Amino acid sequence: MTARERVAGTVANYVDERTGAAKWAKKNLTKVFPDHWSFLLGEVALYSFIILLLSGTFLTFWFDPSQREVLYEGSYEPLNGLHMSAAYASTLHISFEVRGGLLMRQIHHWAALIFMAAIVVHLMRVYFTGAFRKPREFNWIIGVGLLTLGIVEGFLGYSLPDDLLSGTGIRIAEAIIQALPVVGTYIAFFAFGGAFPGEAFIPRIFTVHVLLLPGIFLALITVHLMLVWYQKHTQWPGPGRTEKNVVGYPLMPAYMAKAGGFFFIVFGVTAFLGAVASINPIWLYGPYNPGQISAGSQPDWYMGWLDGLVRMAPPLELHLLGHTIPLNILIPGLIVPGILFTGLALYPFIESWITGDKREHHLLDRPRNVPNRTALGVMSLTFMLVALLNGGNDIIATTFHLGINQIMWFSRIAIFVLPPIAFVVTKRICLSLQRADRELVLHGRETGRLLMLPHGEFVEVHEPISPELAWKLTAHEQAPALALEDVDARGVRRAGGLKNKLRKRISAANAESIAKPTANDLKEIEHH
Amino acid sequence: MRKLSKLRRSALASPLLLVIALFAIGTTFSVASATNKSELTTDQRSAQIAEGKQIFLKGCSSCHGLNLEGGAIAPSLIGVGAASVDFQVGTGRMPMADMSTQAVRKKPVYNDEQTAALAAYVASTAPGPAIPTESMLNYERDGNTAEGGTLFRTNCAMCHNFAGQGGALTQGKYAPSLMGVEPKYIYEALITGPQAMPVFSDKTLTPAEKLSVIKWIKGAENEPQLGGAALGRVGPVTEGLLVWTLGLGLLIGVAVWLATKAR
Amino acid sequence: MSNEIEAIKDPGLPAHVHRKADTDPVAEKRAERQVAILFLISALGTLLFIFAYYFIADDVFVFLPVMGNTNAHQLLLGLGLAIALFFIGAAAIHWAKTLMPDEEVIAMRHTMRSDDEDRENFVATVKERSAAAGLGRRSLIKRSMGLSLGLIGLSPLVLLRDLGPLPKDDLTKTSWMAGTRLVTDPGDRPIRPEDLEIGAVAQVLPKLRPDQKRTLNDIGKDAVLLIRIRPEEFQLSAERLSWTYDGIIAFSKICSHMGCAVALYEQTTKHLLCPCHQSTFDVPRAAKVIFGPAARPLPQLAITVDAEGYLIAQKPFNEPVGPSFWERSS
Repeated sequence: MTARERVAGTVANYVDERTGAAKWAKKNLTKVFPDHWSFLLGEVALYSFIILLLSGTFLTFWFDPSQREVLYEGSYEPLNGLHMSAAYASTLHISFEVRGGLLMRQIHHWAALIFMAAIVVHLMRVYFTGAFRKPREFNWIIGVGLLTLGIVEGFLGYSLPDDLLSGTGIRIAEAIIQALPVVGTYIAFFAFGGAFPGEAFIPRIFTVHVLLLPGIFLALITVHLMLVWYQKHTQWPGPGRTEKNVVGYPLMPAYMAKAGGFFFIVFGVTAFLGAVASINPIWLYGPYNPGQISAGSQPDWYMGWLDGLVRMAPPLELHLLGHTIPLNILIPGLIVPGILFTGLALYPFIESWITGDKREHHLLDRPRNVPNRTALGVMSLTFMLVALLNGGNDIIATTFHLGINQIMWFSRIAIFVLPPIAFVVTKRICLSLQRADRELVLHGRETGRLLMLPHGEFVEVHEPISPELAWKLTAHEQAPALALEDVDARGVRRAGGLKNKLRKRISAANAESIAKPTANDLKEIEHH
Repeated sequence: MRKLSKLRRSALASPLLLVIALFAIGTTFSVASATNKSELTTDQRSAQIAEGKQIFLKGCSSCHGLNLEGGAIAPSLIGVGAASVDFQVGTGRMPMADMSTQAVRKKPVYNDEQTAALAAYVASTAPGPAIPTESMLNYERDGNTAEGGTLFRTNCAMCHNFAGQGGALTQGKYAPSLMGVEPKYIYEALITGPQAMPVFSDKTLTPAEKLSVIKWIKGAENEPQLGGAALGRVGPVTEGLLVWTLGLGLLIGVAVWLATKAR
Repeated sequence: MSNEIEAIKDPGLPAHVHRKADTDPVAEKRAERQVAILFLISALGTLLFIFAYYFIADDVFVFLPVMGNTNAHQLLLGLGLAIALFFIGAAAIHWAKTLMPDEEVIAMRHTMRSDDEDRENFVATVKERSAAAGLGRRSLIKRSMGLSLGLIGLSPLVLLRDLGPLPKDDLTKTSWMAGTRLVTDPGDRPIRPEDLEIGAVAQVLPKLRPDQKRTLNDIGKDAVLLIRIRPEEFQLSAERLSWTYDGIIAFSKICSHMGCAVALYEQTTKHLLCPCHQSTFDVPRAAKVIFGPAARPLPQLAITVDAEGYLIAQKPFNEPVGPSFWERSS
């Protein structure tokens, strides 16, 4: 036994005698994780969160979350002698007097943008591969919760420095709260400690931003990861991979080194962005003043779609019995996002209701093999993208020499027209890809080599594909549509006939596919 | 004396003398022309106005009318003043290249002298804002950057963006970027309100305040990149774009490398 | 019947292919060196970071293509940190990829569902334990408990009451009174009508009493935009026309949609545009909404001049300024 092994043995012994963790630890150190780049997207989000905690803690050492008015006498000349809030002045102090402070501010902000982007691409991966199916519905809901909280947390962080841009954001948030029927003005006055902007809001959201929400994040992320750990990771179909096993690398050492190393990669990339690209240059925005505004006032990208929806809303306002209900704010600001996020959270249950599939799934779907789900996903993304682009319509207008009115009208129409088109096109593409898969399995790969047959005809030589690939392309199930009878065995119409009809139609559309090749098909071809 | 004659004989003498002579001529000429510009005699002035009128009739009257009264496609120029002409013609916006939504800055069609003549002609028909003189534009001395910033954010940022990068107006019009615009033209734009821009009167935005605004704009223009590439100074849109392209691109690239099997 | 359609078979996990470094000692040494070099680059990154922190002043600038004149302290500090972090990661991953065991292993899954016996035991335990608690039988306890738990949920709501005052008339009142002078923002100078040329704008606020201090709350409600056009261009009702003075019209600058400062005035079209959501208001028609999400015109402030010839408000705003809210009557 080498000295190193002896030390390891002693440590393991010491820990086990105090925790009894030997069996548990042994099992988990050899736990198997499948390896695929798309499984690392969630890790990007996790690591960005850790970067946010580290850089955010650094920033709190100097940040003064107060709207008390102070006179700026710092080193940034163009603002010298102006009155501003302590929050803004201390952010300037972090940027220009604390060495590395600006770097940390930029890392914090870039990490926030990466965090949200990583959550979104992770969500897309989970959605398009069907990783949300039983038994992972809870984790899907937790994920949607994290996405929602991430938007709120990001917005609060954007609001803290009290610069002209963030103050404008708060102004709009206040207008949304104030728009709520019956209780709006009360909630707004409670939240702001009186009229907008007051002096209470930034101290309050600071506590929420650095304590309450990060605490909830930590709790939810912990549960999210524990469930992944306990339920074991999903895997792509392939040779040797089944619903009953998981194929990959053991945690120790290879996976641990890769995952640990990837944390440093994410941190490094974030630091690189913080070093080379300016983000949120608050000193240029100036201190907040409700009488001032900048052209092109936008939120960060994860709120951009919301701003885009608000911009394209029609000018509707209800006046009823001496009361005002601003639908132009409520519909795009609360109702549509509410429907979208509720639908997103409930999607696993909706899909299982359509397919009638209550089994566990650990093998991922290739998106083309589930055309309806994939098409619905692309349709939703198209909707969000149109909204997001409209959120930046003024920047787009000046960059590409277009008019904001034209872009706005385009968006107003496109938000209704493009998503259904995206659905149809995506579904067709999926079915074509299925057809291509079938061709590949049955006739092999085109080699590009031409062969002249004895009677003079030219044919291209096709090379049969490997059994591994053939299996991968045909491993999926092709479930038939649900057979739902309108009448029961005794000829009586079932209750909920309309619901049944709807379910039947969606299920039929869902089952539309190109029949995957079977061994029989292959044999038949060989005979020819 | 001997020293001088010795110097005269040296090989360097003739080139040196030539340089001195040229320098002297240049200085005298520039002083003379400077005085010419500021203090025209009545005769010279009426000659300049006549020249301006000729240019106007040839190049401008088809749209703005023979008597500056304007027309269906162009506004009246009565009372717009010399400052307005100097701005529009000096920045190349006028004459317009085509009848698009907005006159854009381009290489001026007329030279300084012709522009001055045009300005003098238009100013001679009715009183209007005059071209600011050099002494009125000493923003380094008379301006205050911090005050200028506040004024800029209250009066200018809503169209020209927080850092003077320009922004969108309605129906395809836009507020141009203020980067690299000469102080004189900024001043003239403020007092004349070219195109969609409103006028900022001297009583509501005093000349001293205008200089503060100019000083702040010049400061923003010359401000180095304190935090790295500026991304156009247009706010979160380009930041989001960078995250989705470079940021996620790099990370996914590494993830793909991480997950491929080594050979 | 059932084996009529035969699916393509799973060929099973392919045989493990060894890496070069597994079999070739030269390749192994090379991989080891590569990992070490990556770690060393990271160490150099940290040295650069420390050097930049202590020895590069924060007012040193370097000119770089694309980026322009860039702050060297911030740039090198950040690049040092980025290199230090990135290459630790690169080294660890390269190490794992080339030198750590890379044979794929298979672990079996178990369904989440417990076996039937455990499930029955679980259900039985729940039933038995809850019966022991006797909640079903003791309805008095059940009801009183429901009442107390329901009520205690109210206490946090009660506690939050002191977060702020009730709105009262705060949203409907501004500082504008009959006779309040209009003064420039910033500068606080009173304005005469003749100070504004045709096509001019001015950002104004109400004149403060000597004992008053202007807060952001005030500006958030009081900010007003003055615009002068040719009087004949107005298309106003007689009443609204009487609120203007010699072609000068005054609107609340706080957007009737979501409260941004609407000050983007186009002299040629006489449109006011809000840069936040692009609501467009037509000035000659009392700021009627002609585009965008805003549903109401901007409130108009009635103005006139006082004895000294300065612009003053005729009366307060006749409607609340800013975004809509429930209690607003129109």
